[in-house]
Amino acid sequence: MKEVDARGLSCPEPLMLTAAALKGANEAVKVLVTEPHQKMNVEKYAKDHGKKTTSSEIEDGFAVIIE
Amino acid sequence: MNLSDSKKKLAIAGVICGLVAACLAYFGNPANMAFCIACFIRDTAGALGMHQAEVVQYARPEIIGLVLGAFIISAATKEYRSTAGSSPMIRFILGMVIMIGSLVFLGCPLRMVIRMSAGDLNAWVALIGFILGVGTGVFALKNGFSLGRAHITNKTSGVVLPALMLGVLVLSTATTLLKASEAGPGSLHAPIIMSLIGGLIFGAVAQKSRMCFAGGIRDVMLMKNFDLLTVIGGLFVVMLIFNIATGKFVLGFNTPGIIAHSEHLWNILGMYAVGFAAVLAGGCPLRQLILAGQGSSDSAVTVLGMFAGAAACHNFGLAASGTAMNAETQEIVAGAVPLNGKVAVIICIAVCFLIAFTNKREKA
Repeated sequence: MKEVDARGLSCPEPLMLTAAALKGANEAVKVLVTEPHQKMNVEKYAKDHGKKTTSSEIEDGFAVIIE
Repeated sequence: MNLSDSKKKLAIAGVICGLVAACLAYFGNPANMAFCIACFIRDTAGALGMHQAEVVQYARPEIIGLVLGAFIISAATKEYRSTAGSSPMIRFILGMVIMIGSLVFLGCPLRMVIRMSAGDLNAWVALIGFILGVGTGVFALKNGFSLGRAHITNKTSGVVLPALMLGVLVLSTATTLLKASEAGPGSLHAPIIMSLIGGLIFGAVAQKSRMCFAGGIRDVMLMKNFDLLTVIGGLFVVMLIFNIATGKFVLGFNTPGIIAHSEHLWNILGMYAVGFAAVLAGGCPLRQLILAGQGSSDSAVTVLGMFAGAAACHNFGLAASGTAMNAETQEIVAGAVPLNGKVAVIICIAVCFLIAFTNKREKA
């Protein structure tokens, strides 16, 4: 699984990194973010691009798995 | 509660904030300043004695309310995160740039939209500069610009700015230590309790909707996402209706009652600097206050930069003057940007370029 560690980055970097990772990805992508609004942005971006997401809380933020 | 998951909710968030701004303008805030982050930070800096411009000194409860509103709602909805460590001193400089650019144009991006809704064509001219500035910031982001990672830090660090704001509120209501203008824009304000409640509501709604004036344009350019622009659209429509209904909509370059000037190049360059710096800092002046309220010490440092920028503007003669009527001669005196202000804006833009192309994202 591809992993994007966007923890601690300012907007819109988490979304830019997610978009780059999803481009041409054949496998699931795991995105790590710190802020709740970044988690929502990543989930929304994935859904808008026809992907499913599963999110969970981690020690210093959230992990969003996009497949 | 989530106000950011549909365009309808985002538009409603914009409408609520527009109504708050319209109410405060109706009940005494300066004409078409209504709810200007830059102007109000400048006034608060004056109240604290950071500058000595007597007509713009007043501890604006709106600024205090914004930070506290964002703090309370983020704590209540478990979105408060105490973070720090993403190039704080660069963010301080960006805060100064945002304030200097804003005071050369005479308004933050929020006030630019409010001025646009009153028919002020100077604000529409400045919008060109703002869009170009945001575009330059987007270009930098695409080229790998980053101020680096913030980290989770001691919980109390994120509480410092909200606590300081509460302290300013106590000083302004319970003591005579703070300065308050007796004439000029600083003397015009809605009742304190109304301004405070307005700020709290605006702050809470802005936190939940992620409202950001730079982000709205940035997201359209970067990923054709119109979500944040929808919030601004809602606010613009409410202010437009308010201005038309109260007879304050006048299309032209010298709209009566609006503190503004018609030096087009400097309106464009001022807002260019603001748009550029706001994208680099991750949000407009309003968004910085909200992020600071929800625990970001980095944004709190940007806010301190804005206070320092406001002080520099009035201590070193950088701020523009608005077109106004001379009370004695009854002649209209055109507003202007002083030479110091022009030099400062050029330096600010150069600094933005330096920051934009020397700070790169670490390789994964």
